[in-house]
Amino acid sequence: MSGVDVTGVAKSYGATRVLTDITQSFESGTFTSLLGPSGSGKTTLLRIVAGFVAPDEGSVRIAGADVTGVPVYARNIGMVFQSYALFPHMSVAANVGFGLGRRGIRGKAARAQVEEALEMVRLPGFGARHPKQLSGGQQQRVALARAIVIRPDVLLLDEPLSALDRRLRQEMQVELLRIQRESGLTTIFVTHDQEEALTLSDKVAILDRGRIVQMGRPAEVYERPRTKFAAEFLGDANFLTGIVRAGRVEIAGAAIATEDRLPPDGATVTLAVRPEKIAIRPADAAGSGALENSLPATVASVIYTGTALTYMLRSGDLSLKVFAQNSDGSPLAEGSAVVLSWAARHSVSVEG
Amino acid sequence: MPPEVGAAGLPATRRRMPPWLATAALLLPSYAWLTLAVLLPLTAMFVFSFLHATPLGNKPVVWTLEQYRAFHDQPYLLGVAWTSLAIGLWTTGICAVVGFAAALALVRATAGRTRETLLILVLLPFWTNGLVRVFSWTMVIREGGFLDVFVRWFWPSAPSLGFLYTTPAIVLGLVHGYLPYMVLTCYIALLSIDDAVIEAAQSLGARWWTVLFKILVPLAAPGLVTGAILIFVPVIGAFMEPRILGGRVGVTMGTVIEDQFTQAFNWPLGSALAFTMLAVVLAVFATFSGVLRRSAAT
Ligand SMILES: Nc1ncnc2c1ncn2[C@@H]1O[C@H](COP(=O)(O)OP(=O)(O)O)[C@@H](O)[C@H]1O
Ligand SMILES: [Mg+2]
Repeated sequence: MSGVDVTGVAKSYGATRVLTDITQSFESGTFTSLLGPSGSGKTTLLRIVAGFVAPDEGSVRIAGADVTGVPVYARNIGMVFQSYALFPHMSVAANVGFGLGRRGIRGKAARAQVEEALEMVRLPGFGARHPKQLSGGQQQRVALARAIVIRPDVLLLDEPLSALDRRLRQEMQVELLRIQRESGLTTIFVTHDQEEALTLSDKVAILDRGRIVQMGRPAEVYERPRTKFAAEFLGDANFLTGIVRAGRVEIAGAAIATEDRLPPDGATVTLAVRPEKIAIRPADAAGSGALENSLPATVASVIYTGTALTYMLRSGDLSLKVFAQNSDGSPLAEGSAVVLSWAARHSVSVEG
Repeated sequence: MPPEVGAAGLPATRRRMPPWLATAALLLPSYAWLTLAVLLPLTAMFVFSFLHATPLGNKPVVWTLEQYRAFHDQPYLLGVAWTSLAIGLWTTGICAVVGFAAALALVRATAGRTRETLLILVLLPFWTNGLVRVFSWTMVIREGGFLDVFVRWFWPSAPSLGFLYTTPAIVLGLVHGYLPYMVLTCYIALLSIDDAVIEAAQSLGARWWTVLFKILVPLAAPGLVTGAILIFVPVIGAFMEPRILGGRVGVTMGTVIEDQFTQAFNWPLGSALAFTMLAVVLAVFATFSGVLRRSAAT
């Protein structure tokens, strides 16, 4: 069964095009993150699914039914806001029970479901309290309980953890994942935090200026970014631009191998290489030989962080970045000549 | 004292005032003004209310409690009090409904400059002379007034709709004058409600009336209560609107008290009636605020 299907959705505010032709399926029971920088249209897309914003074009289906013209209150969605948005004049139990009341579930049945939901978010017995008497993390749990108790067709979260401090955020990530797994709700989670997106999601969708440029499993998107933007936004990347010649790419005098399909000879392509995929060794040391690509370079600077080292390097007029484990405790000196090497499958051809 | 001043206590520069003195100095002007402008006249009136007659000329001063028996001695005053109360309740009620709706429209349906302009238009009655405001209504609602002219434009043989010199006319004038208080207090209360709270309610299945009565009204209750107090208290003592728009039916506590000062020259009775009203209003609010606080706590 399908969870949420967005087809050909576009939205503009005045002359500003916020979303352009978004077509995407969010499978039933999966946790999908919408990841993108601020202003890329994540909130707008989420609000179109929720029904707070009407798309200019396109349609939205939830659980198989076309809801494009259906008002918010009739959509059976659960929504969690960054500001928690609890009803300040109601007790925790009344907050959680609000959606049940709207569905005609009252009295004993409602109380049982409310208590069950509060147990799920690990706040049993908090029903009589008021939102003011709870910490930020607890308030967000109540907001989550309030959204899941109605068994929505889709759970929508708009940066729900960004108001929490770092420790609490990590704790809540774990909780959120557990609750999503237990409840099996189709979940769309908006964030601009790439680590959060990678750790939580079954699928990550990357938004760039109102378009979904890539969607896939976190490892898939990370290892095989399709665009320069995706490679850069999710993690770090070195971009090597060169000319295709005989199945390889000529960059800074070296012929770089890739497993990706390349355009015909003479075309210009950009390869993305993750800094942690590159091995670094002194120019005079013996090479491993197992890696297809190698590039001579000079160390420009070293950033020492204890467990890891970040090398900034130059090769011709090319700047590169390499992450290395600090395994032997003696970083290479600035200005020393080195050889960089990496496997062909780690040179990923990306679109501009 | 700054720490660098030694134990000998020789002040290096000008001595600093102790903090309590600074506070007192800052507060003095406003308290002096309050004493002069409010407390003194009120005290004088309170003293008058225990006199037998207005202390003018060389009549002997006689102390008495008889003025406070007025409601007992002149039972018609009970009817007058009831009229005032009814007018106060109607005015406050209508202001609450209309003012809340207007504030809601301002907050939720407008933004930026439009909102500011509309808010200023709402406050216009505040800046018009009260007498002009009330008299202009007599032109509108008298028989053959603007209201009738307007209706007969569409329906030439319409009966007169004029209702000058009735209780509704008084309420109309009062609502017009006091509505801005309610709009303002509700506007402020509604402005502080987070949009996301309303959206959360909608996402949980609430339609507009549920959002209105379960979210907006309870959250804006402080504004409604404040507005109601700001309106109810002056309205039950109002005398201009009842006199001009009420004619013969416009006998209220306000007009009766005013009469004691301006016509009957019985200041002690006027003061006693005014203080009795004040006492009743305070008692009502004391009870009311207790109830409010208790319901807020649970
Ligand atoms: N109601 C609105 N009116 C005008 N512009 C808007 C409105 N909502 C969003 N935008 C614009 O749409 C763009 C995308 O906004 P948003 O969806 O909130 O992005 P994100 O959540 O990814 O930060 C922004 O440039 C923002 O200014
Ligand atoms: Mg956003």
